[in-house]
Amino acid sequence: MITLTINDASQQVDVDPATPLLWVIRENLGLTGTKFGCGIAQCGACTVHLNDKPIRSCVTPVSAADGARITTIEGLADGADLHPVQQAWIAEQVPQCGYCQSGQIMSAVALLRDNPAPDDDAIDQAMRGNLCRCGTYPRIRRAIHRAADGRHG
Amino acid sequence: MDKPGTTRKGKWSRRAFITAGTVAGGALLVGVVIRRGDPTPDLAPLVTEEGEYLLDAWVKLGSDNSVTAIVPHSEMGQGAQSALAQMLADELDAHWDDVRILEAPAEDGYANYALAKGFLVGGLQIPRVLVPTVDGAMLQISDMMHLQITGGSMSVRTTGVHGMRVAGAAARELLLTAAAGHWQVPRAELAGRDGFVVHAASGRRAPYGEFAAAAGALEPSPTPALKRPEAFTLMGHSVPRLDIPEKVTGAARFGMDARVDGMKYAAIRRAPVFGARIDSLDDGAARAMPGVHGVIGLDNAVAVVADGYWQAEQALAKVAVRWTSTAADTLDSAALFAGFERDLDAAVANGDEQTDLSRGDARGALERAERVVTASYRVPYLAHACMEPMTATARFTDGACELWTSTQNPLGFKHAVAEALELDADRVTVHNAYMGGGFGRRSNPDYAIQAAQLARAAGMPVQLIWSREEDIRQDHYRPAVVSRFKAALDAEGRPVAWENQFVDKHEPAEAPYIPYAIANQYVHYADSPTHVPFGPWRSVDHSQHGFFTESFIDELAHAAGRDPYDYRRSLLADAPRHRAVLDLAADKAGWTQPLAAGRGRGIALQASFGTIVAQVAEVTVRNGRVRVDRVVCAADPGFAVSPDGFTAQMESGIIYGLTAALFGEIELQDGAVVQSNFHDYPILRLDESPLIETYIVESAGPWGGAGEPGTPAIAAAVANAVFAATGTRIRELPLGRHDFDQAQA
Repeated sequence: MITLTINDASQQVDVDPATPLLWVIRENLGLTGTKFGCGIAQCGACTVHLNDKPIRSCVTPVSAADGARITTIEGLADGADLHPVQQAWIAEQVPQCGYCQSGQIMSAVALLRDNPAPDDDAIDQAMRGNLCRCGTYPRIRRAIHRAADGRHG
Repeated sequence: MDKPGTTRKGKWSRRAFITAGTVAGGALLVGVVIRRGDPTPDLAPLVTEEGEYLLDAWVKLGSDNSVTAIVPHSEMGQGAQSALAQMLADELDAHWDDVRILEAPAEDGYANYALAKGFLVGGLQIPRVLVPTVDGAMLQISDMMHLQITGGSMSVRTTGVHGMRVAGAAARELLLTAAAGHWQVPRAELAGRDGFVVHAASGRRAPYGEFAAAAGALEPSPTPALKRPEAFTLMGHSVPRLDIPEKVTGAARFGMDARVDGMKYAAIRRAPVFGARIDSLDDGAARAMPGVHGVIGLDNAVAVVADGYWQAEQALAKVAVRWTSTAADTLDSAALFAGFERDLDAAVANGDEQTDLSRGDARGALERAERVVTASYRVPYLAHACMEPMTATARFTDGACELWTSTQNPLGFKHAVAEALELDADRVTVHNAYMGGGFGRRSNPDYAIQAAQLARAAGMPVQLIWSREEDIRQDHYRPAVVSRFKAALDAEGRPVAWENQFVDKHEPAEAPYIPYAIANQYVHYADSPTHVPFGPWRSVDHSQHGFFTESFIDELAHAAGRDPYDYRRSLLADAPRHRAVLDLAADKAGWTQPLAAGRGRGIALQASFGTIVAQVAEVTVRNGRVRVDRVVCAADPGFAVSPDGFTAQMESGIIYGLTAALFGEIELQDGAVVQSNFHDYPILRLDESPLIETYIVESAGPWGGAGEPGTPAIAAAVANAVFAATGTRIRELPLGRHDFDQAQA
């Protein structure tokens, strides 16, 4: 049995400890907001927070999350109040197909936690690991600046 | 002419269809009214509450005043569903907050007649007055062809213009007519406003919903009056897209997010060489692994069904497969390109070129010319690499198949799965979810057929998930193309003849045609089939031909000693919309401003899907690498339904095209695709993404598309900029395969 604290709820799962955290989140815990994109930590669609740090859940064995605190896209909002980064994403009309956006948002939230006023270079470094095939990058950059400036709506 | 109200299928009751006229033996379907209890099986569930009426196939108005736009196109991020709802709501004078979107079921009545018309009559110009008639006839044809495709940037410019707007206007007229009868006032004194019927003279107003029942009993006008642009309240405004909020919370459901009771997960590996089949397989080790329910061989693929996807994937790696040998087993990319060159040479040598376009006497002019410029270009195969790998979930119950997937072509999938499994089409139901990218890939039903086959073989519901490796290696690729040019220049450097020969002509027909005034043109092609599956890739043939023709015109400008912008401009006297777009891009880019050494600016122009686009790229070439710093995009779509949505699509199309220009290459070795995942098939990243500025020209021309027209010009704009920066002309993509340090030395 592995104990996961996911979005503040403690859950036990009985799976092979080598199973990537991504599949446990999606299949065993039923949280489908975290996405599969590549399986080799090349695209960032599966990004979640492990003890507040962004990780690629597709290559993180679930055993590495035993006892740790995990946050997924579903755990960002405070009830009906969206996280400021989510609000900025809506204000800038960022998503197109939307598939990569959970990972993008999780990376952006982690960036702003460490660096509340990132410049473009800091955004480049933090976000270059999250691929977007729809090319929403210009809007992602704007939305991060907007969230940093406190212009949520 | 048949009687109004008759249909050929017999499947629809006269009660379900109100036809506005008939043509050529088929029904002309302008408006559809569905009432509660209607026997049409797939539509009846849409009208379940007392007081709900489906006013026509595209709009449902609830007695609570809610408006549901029933959209016959799927959403892959292009914003089509919101744009279509916007068009409908504007004509209906609905309140935007009351509008919801429902994707039309995969039902023959929603067939995409616009796309069928494009295929069937090509560029044929139809007099405006006949458009509804032809569309009506084509609706019948596409009905039979099972087309309900989202592609060709069709949604707004055809479904929207001919369907949603007309439906919204027809619905508004019905509601006003019903209200006029109820209030005993002339209909002309009534207006719609924000979901209410308003009688200005008496100050009376009431919500539309009050008249939904009465309106549903009326026959819609076949020619409802559409608003003039100055009366638009939603069209032309950047209305927030309806799908975005759920795409920032993880709540949006994509194909892979389907959850069906009792479902298991499947991983699959198809024969690496296209056309090979299973010869033998050893699955003993895989079957013994935990959680595995079965190893299933499907003619050309092997799959493992397990409790979890990870278990399925682990077990699949233990299955040893021997594939049959094929004639393609020794082919590599060099051999395929050599085949293209050989077939092009043979066509000329044998005089059996297939004529695509012939104007004047290009060959004669070339023979007489003092100055001839020639060039040959190549582009490789490309994968789509949608962020969501191909996936479908299938369940078999009592000989019926239910599918949950994400597709650009739900109706086509329904029929393809039915055919593959030898079922009647009405035994297959397709539930369509958001697509994690489409770009043409999700019009091919291969993954849905596999899921259905696996669910039937396994005897349990199965969610099939392709690995990224499978997604890259089992695509229907953008075709690799070789394209050759010859042009004759007069003494002033003006082009007097243009000859272009390329391999394999697909869609759309006009992709290789140039807007420039050159008196003698001969465009021809040779078929050169390969074993590599191909399919539509964002902008289809435009992305290859845009690179070819806009690179070659740049070469002609250089040969003539002319500025490439001025040179193009001088050839566009008869194409004022093209010229205006070109001028705007050059102006906004500061075309005449000098750039530092190692930097360069390139321009390109390509019209596609009804939208004219010019782009100026600014690049820096340093340490052997090309960096695209800035792209200025000017576009004339006639009218932009949502300017911000249109701008987003230009950004998207440019970045998609930049990945292709800079990195994109699918190579073949031993008959199989070499690339496998994002480490060897790289996608443009945020830190490599240029500044993009988009300027929209609203010329009041016919409304054009948005999802695809941003892509075709960018590769040539970048290659032309690299030439300006380095003097090296790039005739083979991707740019990343060239060593610019050496070129500069």
